[in-house]
Parts: sequence; C-alpha cells; structure tokens
Amino acid sequence: MSVRIQREDFDIGAEIAALTRGRTDIGGIATFTGVCRGTEGAERIAAMTLEHYPGMAEEEIGRHIAEAEVRWPLLGVTVVHRHGRLVPGDNVVLVIATSAHREPAFAAAEFLMDYLKTRAPFWKKEERAGGDGWVEARHTDAAAAERWVQDFEAGDGRKPEAAE
Amino acid sequence: MKLLYFAWVRERIGKPEEEIDVPAGVRTVGELVAWLSGRGEEYAYAFENAKTIRAAIDRTHVKPDAHIAGAREIAFFPPMTGG
Repeated sequence: MSVRIQREDFDIGAEIAALTRGRTDIGGIATFTGVCRGTEGAERIAAMTLEHYPGMAEEEIGRHIAEAEVRWPLLGVTVVHRHGRLVPGDNVVLVIATSAHREPAFAAAEFLMDYLKTRAPFWKKEERAGGDGWVEARHTDAAAAERWVQDFEAGDGRKPEAAE
Repeated sequence: MKLLYFAWVRERIGKPEEEIDVPAGVRTVGELVAWLSGRGEEYAYAFENAKTIRAAIDRTHVKPDAHIAGAREIAFFPPMTGG
C-alpha cells in the first residue's frame, strides 16, 4: 500500500502505472478523485485550505487500507491526500484500489473514501463571499461510514442498500 | 504531556500545541477536557460543546472515557471533514 499526504498535485495516470507496472495479475482498477468545488449550495467558494494532523493522517489511512485488505482480495492500494490551499478545480484526494476483478476494487475504493471522510484527521476551511469558515461534518458522511460497520458485523464485506 | 490542537480548536485556544503537566487526579480524556476548560476562557470557549470535540491519544482515535496514563501526545479537534 502507498499513502501520501502532500501539498503538490498528483498525476492519476502515473499513480496507476506505479501500481500496475510489471504485473499481470491485476484485472480491475477502481479510482476515485475528489476535486475542490466552486460552490456549496448557492454560495460561491473562492478557495479552501486543508489542515491535517501530520503522522496521524498517514497512520489512520494506513489502518483503513489494512482493514480493506482484510475484507477484499486487493492487489495494491494507493491513497494520496493533498493539504494546503486549493482552488476550485484542484484535485484534493485520490484513491486507487486494484484487484483481480472489478467488485473488490469498486467496493474497497468506496469503503476507503467513506472512512477518509469521517476518520482521517483533515479539516477544511472555506473562503466564501460571506467570510471564511470551517466546514461542518455532514451527518450523511457519518451514515455512509456507519453502513460498513453494520455490514461488517453482519459478516458480509459488501455494501448493503444505502440508508439515505 | 504534549497536547495538540487542530482547526477551530487550535484557533480558539490560540496555539497549535503545548507541553502541560496534568494533575494526577485527571485520569481520562473527558476529565482532561474538563480540567483544561478551567484553565482560561480560551479553553472554555474551545471546549464549550464537549460532545463535539474529538480526541486522539498517540495518533489513534479515542473516546472520552479513554485513560491518558502513559500517553505521549493527546490531540483535540473538531469532527473531520477531509476527503
């Protein structure tokens, strides 16, 4: 697994190539890219600044990847999360999950994003027309992460029907 | 013991980290929050809604009843909004 927290942008193609180079066992690659939006509801956002807890951010994401590797037969995972000031259109986060088949790759990528949202120590502060403000945690994100807990306790690694 | 603060907890307290000697009677994360809240109005403001505050001991998420004995660093922060 590879976890990186960095200020710089990332190159999705290069990250996929690094995971698959010289391998012929990988049959499915799922990627998710989070991008900085220019609006939140009706309000325009000029930029956002991502603060993180150095050390814990890497460790916490690493723990989630380790859990994903227990749940699904993965063949390599990369997570890159940026910090610092980002403007609309900038990449924020990248998750790549690889497996022999598509289902584990899709599921692991979604699982990792759901946990990144609620457990990885990052905080967003937005620059809005009405002033700067810290983004509040969404209960829908907590519910998305919670689905996996209930699911795992039920003995099935796959995602159940969405609660919301 | 080293204390770390992030996001608006950091802004309200006015510093990102500090070294603090915690009294022996303070045994859990929740007790530490209560004790810190009595150190000044900036702490009281940061911890005014204790249920909102998240904590980590040595870079692992913990609940308010977690014991702090042996901890090297304890961090306090709002609910996370990354991704």
